[in-house]
Amino acid sequence: MKRYSAFALAREALSNHMGWERAWAAPQPKAAYDAIIIGAGGHGLATAYYLGKNFGITNVAILEKGWLGGGNTGRNTTIIRSNYLQDSSAAIYEKARSLYETLSQDLNYNAMFSPRGVMMLAQTHHEVRGYQRTAHANALQGVVTEFISPQRVKELCPILNIDGPRYPVLGALWQARGGTGRHDAVAWGYARACSAMGMDIIQNCEVKGITSANGVVTGVETTKGYIGTKKIGIVVAGHSGQVADMAGFRLPVEAVALQALVSEPIKPCMDVVVMANTVHGYMSQSDKGEMVIGGGTDGFNNFTQRGSFHHIEETLRALIETFPIISRLKMLRQWGGIVDMTGDRSPIISKTPVGNCFINCGWGTGGFKAIPGSGWAMAELMAKGEPGPLAAEFDMWRFKEGRFIDESVAAGVAH
Amino acid sequence: MLTLECPYCGIMADETELSPGYEAHLKRYGPGSSDEEFEAYMFARKNPKGVHFERWRHAYGCGKWFLAARDTATLEVFGTYPAQSAGPPQALQDKIKAKRPDWKGYK
Repeated sequence: MKRYSAFALAREALSNHMGWERAWAAPQPKAAYDAIIIGAGGHGLATAYYLGKNFGITNVAILEKGWLGGGNTGRNTTIIRSNYLQDSSAAIYEKARSLYETLSQDLNYNAMFSPRGVMMLAQTHHEVRGYQRTAHANALQGVVTEFISPQRVKELCPILNIDGPRYPVLGALWQARGGTGRHDAVAWGYARACSAMGMDIIQNCEVKGITSANGVVTGVETTKGYIGTKKIGIVVAGHSGQVADMAGFRLPVEAVALQALVSEPIKPCMDVVVMANTVHGYMSQSDKGEMVIGGGTDGFNNFTQRGSFHHIEETLRALIETFPIISRLKMLRQWGGIVDMTGDRSPIISKTPVGNCFINCGWGTGGFKAIPGSGWAMAELMAKGEPGPLAAEFDMWRFKEGRFIDESVAAGVAH
Repeated sequence: MLTLECPYCGIMADETELSPGYEAHLKRYGPGSSDEEFEAYMFARKNPKGVHFERWRHAYGCGKWFLAARDTATLEVFGTYPAQSAGPPQALQDKIKAKRPDWKGYK
């Protein structure tokens, strides 16, 4: 892999940019690998990367049904934060956030992490108490957040209407080191680094079956033939239940559609991320000037990558109330992703009933922020066969045993 | 927009006047059941990519709960039927089977 640098840019400028090599190879599958990751989204690629980097396991294939980063990794609103209530959530999301800080240097690829600050508005007295509680919990967890006043909210985001008639802003939970990243670049950066370590990223290769012998996985049937392996990591987000079916176990997840949209580009007017959970919408401004907007999920199982139209109306209604300045903006693009929701709205990073078959799923509506931490924890689980401290609480048997990591109560929405 | 016919009041109801209630025909487990049964009832929902049977409530209409058969991959609605049904009516199952020959049937 030729490193990207200012020097490389100057060198290529002199040769009409004809010398850039492919960012990653496009190999055909080998007969067998030490480990196979199903799903080349952010979480799958990060898992492969840390398998190589932290554990020296590089005889790895990452299989992707479509194109890499083409699922939820390319469909989210790129918010990165770690201000969670529960200890085990805060630990893994803060690990992810801290890895994002140096991800560009680590991967030699500009992931454009922008720690511009994330603000979660408190617009009811219940929310004020909830976010103050989260701020105290974060202080104990070592996650730097603070509860700020409405005046400070206005200073940080002047276009925000803090005196709305229905839900005036009563304060906010502020994480100054949260922010946004470039979602595609995260997938591309990990893919390039994995390819450079000799891993095979095989796109347009759909897994059709998982084979096992004596309760231990032996390989996968794919549209490009059979591939043998000693270990499998299933990291496929929306279709987790379908791939788990192939392996022969059932997951406590349901798939629903989550939508996002962007406006036409405008001049810079907001340099923080704002989440308004009572009225239910969140917004930030991309470097291109588009307002990046997200809202709620549909309330029914859905595998189409589009959501119900009336949710767009609800989200925009909420955001126009919060940011009156956007009321005349035209919306440019809208899309949906299939998110896998668990009963406690926390992810699953777990061993499974099948030997040497591991699963990483259930990130629901908030997976992008977790990509580096999720990959780190999943790689440790796959390499050692046992979860490390980051993943230990996120096993799939917690539902039977009642050990919930209950972020559905803590966050309510948008998490 | 998703549109379902309420089997009680006969109205073609838009999604905005309905409340979703997720999987239909759940067998309820409570005290005395095993951990596995209770976990499956609470959390291990059917999550098919394809034919799915669901509960819906005509919340902003007659208020009644009813059941619907729908394809989660295409959003096609096969039909609705009263909540007081132990399983999907045979006529509806036949209709789905005609449209989806690969469907493995109601389990």
